Amino acid sequence: MSRLEVKKTYKLYINGAFPRSESGRIYEVTDAKGNFIANPALASRKDLRDAVVAARAAQIGWAKATAYNRGQILYRIAEMLEGRADQIANEISATSGVTPKKAHEQLISAIDRWVWYAGWSDKLAAAFGSTNPVAGPYYNFTIPEAQGVIAVAPKDEFLAFIDSIAPVITSGNSVIALVPGASAVPAMTFAEVLATSDLPHGVINILTGSHDELAPWAASHMDIDGMDISGIDKKKRAALKEAGAENLKRIHNFDDAQSPNRIYAFMEAKTVWHPIGV
Amino acid sequence: MTFEYAPAPESRAIVSIKPKYGHFIDGKFVNGRNHFATINPATEEVLSQIALGSASDVDKAVIAAQKAYTKTWSKLSGKERGKYLYRIARILQERAREFAVLETLDNGKPIRETRDIDIPLVAAHFFYHAGWADKLDYAGMGKSPKPHGVAGQIIPWNFPLLMLAWKVAPALATGNTVVLKPAETTSLTALLFAEVCQQAELPDGVVNIVTGDGSTGSAIVNHAGIHKIAFTGSTEVGKKIARAIAGTNKKATLELGGKGANIVFDDAPIDETVEGIVNGIFFNQGHVCCAGSRLILQEGIADEITEKLKARMSKIRVGDPLDKNTDLGAINSREQLAKIHELSAAGDAEGAERWSPSCNLSDKGYWFAPTIFTGVTQAHRIAREEIFGPVLSILTFRTPQEAIEKANNTPFGLSAGVWSEKGSRILWATQQLRAGVIWANTFNKFDPTSPFGGYKESGWGREGGKHGLASYLKEGK
Repeated sequence: MSRLEVKKTYKLYINGAFPRSESGRIYEVTDAKGNFIANPALASRKDLRDAVVAARAAQIGWAKATAYNRGQILYRIAEMLEGRADQIANEISATSGVTPKKAHEQLISAIDRWVWYAGWSDKLAAAFGSTNPVAGPYYNFTIPEAQGVIAVAPKDEFLAFIDSIAPVITSGNSVIALVPGASAVPAMTFAEVLATSDLPHGVINILTGSHDELAPWAASHMDIDGMDISGIDKKKRAALKEAGAENLKRIHNFDDAQSPNRIYAFMEAKTVWHPIGV
Repeated sequence: MTFEYAPAPESRAIVSIKPKYGHFIDGKFVNGRNHFATINPATEEVLSQIALGSASDVDKAVIAAQKAYTKTWSKLSGKERGKYLYRIARILQERAREFAVLETLDNGKPIRETRDIDIPLVAAHFFYHAGWADKLDYAGMGKSPKPHGVAGQIIPWNFPLLMLAWKVAPALATGNTVVLKPAETTSLTALLFAEVCQQAELPDGVVNIVTGDGSTGSAIVNHAGIHKIAFTGSTEVGKKIARAIAGTNKKATLELGGKGANIVFDDAPIDETVEGIVNGIFFNQGHVCCAGSRLILQEGIADEITEKLKARMSKIRVGDPLDKNTDLGAINSREQLAKIHELSAAGDAEGAERWSPSCNLSDKGYWFAPTIFTGVTQAHRIAREEIFGPVLSILTFRTPQEAIEKANNTPFGLSAGVWSEKGSRILWATQQLRAGVIWANTFNKFDPTSPFGGYKESGWGREGGKHGLASYLKEGK
């Protein structure tokens, strides 16, 4: 007689913990043939608010960590993901219907993205900063800094999810990922990778569920500084940008999957002046 | 024995103001239909009649800018574009005194500032950006970055020609053409700049200037032929623009309001700090988005600083903006004066203590004495809202952490100041402050090489330096 598999409950990832949605809601994810796979949590506005509180509290410490330290933690995420490669690749394949080979390629790309962004953390100031030769006896420099709390809404694909969160946290932002549809399954297993990656609690928070429900709340939330809406239908972007205008959120969408612009878009340039004299 | 300053008025003979102006479209001055008066805020004398731009005027300007973009400006090499900008910079230097006097007449700011700060910086901005025009491959935007097309630019009344330069110089250097609207109360130097464009033989339609009010600005923002918006003004209007372009592909830079914190630690050099505080809030009558309008003093030195500040304020010369000895000029408009009165009255009503030196203010024109409020709490309106006038709110702190928390406790994030003799403390504070421009042991310094712009609700993007070019370019390959 074959052994009965012990299946996992898919929950949310907020502040380093795995709570169910406070709403008690779930939705069903099946494979291409309609066979049941999992019941991810259908996150609510209240879950989003909880995630914002966690993300705000975590961001200050994360931005203060040295760039070297942040880079090592991003690299550690790649290490941990490598160890879970088969499990997550299987989930990608089962939930999205792509072939096992394609799923594996996606997973490998995801690992390599973390390595790539890990290397960016301590080059941002060199690439995007400047010293400015002002016409006077002043030392003047400009450095890029993380904006704060960023919400991301990737399309329903595991790699797109990684592409949306990795650049945002590289600079010292914290992130709330709104993960739609079936990619919730590999995304929540990825949360287990994060939980063992030395990443401070609250730097990455993952809410699974519906963009239509969560993205407007995120866009109008006054304690979210920016949004990546690359995964939102083009026709629905204008309404989010209008809502985000209330606190002048930095709202972007990206064509490039992997680019330093995805980091820099969620940074602010700070210019400092100091007199020179004896 | 006392020494009194004798009046030292700058002659206004150098400027000639026409009784009426039209718009500058496609290289020519064209008549407007309706007009409104522009006045000298120091005397309420009507200087001229300014055309009120309609949607159809804006449309003509955009068409001229599009034509200039496709037919001439985008076909020119960067080298040639740069040479036009150098020409403009040189003509501005040649006509600097004329611009300074005209700016002072129309705006009310002291001639000392227009002559020594505004206009020299205007020329510097054109000279700096001229050099970028053929070096854009090195701007960090990839190889051969491309302009957006037509930039719609809306500028405020506090630094009229300087804001024009901040907008027009990078737009032209990067190969965009421009439709610019100056502020309703300060159009004259922009119209004089149009003459400079003619003298420089800038191709027709590269710079178009449509004067008017908020409705004219709105027509620019909403015009389908505009690809990029650059706006400096209030956060309220900035948010309206952000909403208006939400459903479009228009890019935008927004330089909006501020409530800058000026933090003084107890080891600061007292006399220099007092000068810096005065410069931070009374420069340009406090009509400065990045003004140091919240003074945050460490408790141990709060009384000493406040007393020295009062003594220094008693020496501020308020009066005729054309007088070369004047420190504080006229408030730019009746509306702005009313707003300053309203917020100051709120300061009284909420329990802060007001102090001003005695000043002989003229009956004619719009005037407000330099003013400080002590005993201000973070809940007071005068600690939260932008006054945009010569009014300073003074708060105190005990620990450095408390200073930072107070400084950052605002939806704005444009500027901040830090005063201390200890280098590590300054760098620590500049790291903690959530502001785009931080002046340490100085205040209100500007330079074309130095990026300027805000965090949070103080805006989007930067102006100046390499960072300022980015908003006028599409990334190359």
